[in-house]
Amino acid sequence: MTVKISVTVNGTSHDVSDVEPRLLLSDFLRDTLGLTGTHVGCEHGVCGACTVLMNGDSVRSCLTLAVQANGAEITTVEGLGTPEALNVLQAQLREHHGLQCGFCTPGMLMTGEDMLRKYPLATDEEIREGLSGNLCRCTGYQNIVAAIRSAAAIRREKA
Amino acid sequence: MKPARFDYVAPTTLAAAVEALAASSGDGKLLAGGQSLLPLLNFRMARPSVLVDLNGIKKLSFIELRGDRVAIGALTRHCQIEHSPLIASKLPVMSAAMRHVAHLAIRNRGTIGGSLSHADPAAELPMMAMFYGASLTVQGPAGRRTIAAKDFFVDALTNCLEPEDIVAEIEFPVLQHGGWAFEEVARRFGDFALASIAVSVRRGSSGLEDARVAVMGVADTPLRLEQVEQRLCDIALDDRTPDRFAEWVTSRVKPNSDLHASAEYRRHLLGELAKRALRTALAAERRS
Repeated sequence: MTVKISVTVNGTSHDVSDVEPRLLLSDFLRDTLGLTGTHVGCEHGVCGACTVLMNGDSVRSCLTLAVQANGAEITTVEGLGTPEALNVLQAQLREHHGLQCGFCTPGMLMTGEDMLRKYPLATDEEIREGLSGNLCRCTGYQNIVAAIRSAAAIRREKA
Repeated sequence: MKPARFDYVAPTTLAAAVEALAASSGDGKLLAGGQSLLPLLNFRMARPSVLVDLNGIKKLSFIELRGDRVAIGALTRHCQIEHSPLIASKLPVMSAAMRHVAHLAIRNRGTIGGSLSHADPAAELPMMAMFYGASLTVQGPAGRRTIAAKDFFVDALTNCLEPEDIVAEIEFPVLQHGGWAFEEVARRFGDFALASIAVSVRRGSSGLEDARVAVMGVADTPLRLEQVEQRLCDIALDDRTPDRFAEWVTSRVKPNSDLHASAEYRRHLLGELAKRALRTALAAERRS
């Protein structure tokens, strides 16, 4: 069985037929659309590397079927900024050296975007709680927390 | 790490979903938030022939006050409960428990009907259903019926539903209590609890007039400890009460040992959390 789906990804709409219901959103983004910025780590919802925004909310794309994204708006890391014009959180990650190998970074960014939208992030404890579903094996999280703390401060100044 | 093949239906009414599930002759699975089902599919530990996606049934998503009860639709997502002002004011213990439910991206998708049906013994919402004495309305081929939470959870990851049943909504009675606390310890914030306790109390002219106590992570299902509640109301409160309370609570559970913690450690942890929770609940009661 295959299904036809319409999905808007980073502002571009895609009509794709022949989608098998078992196709994961993560594989749809990477293999069907060629958007390899979304990384696949554990494929069972533990590592957070594949996190994307679906209708504005962060979701694990490995725990979402592509057919469930029918009619939805997806934002991946490719939709945040460009190398020439990084968005606020991306710029802060660079500023604070919040990545080393970069594998977890797309998931950290998408989770961070949702955290910045939903929580005050007034304390490091709150930031660490928010990041608890995203694994990084390089940095010890210190610099990622610093980057989000800084992005939250910039958001407060602008508000 | 990819799911095996399955057919997919996305009904827009509960009746159509029950019909689709019944047509699968026991080989179909319901997809709500998918946060427990998708890992099972990815690992091929579950290989259903049909997936019945409930996410198109918009009527199953709501939070509303009905007299002295709060009704929540089965498809209501964890993040909606977490951020609901109605839940915060009427079911404060549940509101406090929500930030411990998994991680942000999982709360965005996971649903209350899915969590209750999955019946993980260390998950917050099944515990809250026991704590508040919730009732679940279930729809099957023969129509609707209501099941009390204490009858719903049969064993670890096992509920009392028939194969064609779907949880439609859950009603939580509001407690008229002045003080409460929710305590939980997990290996990593948002992971399943090693041990957790919820306590809520109402003070009378002498001692406590009413008390509510539930625990999880320390048995095959979440437990409400009614005998402990009664004993709390029977005694005069003094400085030793939290210690005695911890003894009562820990003597009522038989935790399992696993990779994450020994039974002994879980019991010790539960005792410490019990003391902390009762102190917090009593202090809040005094202030209110």
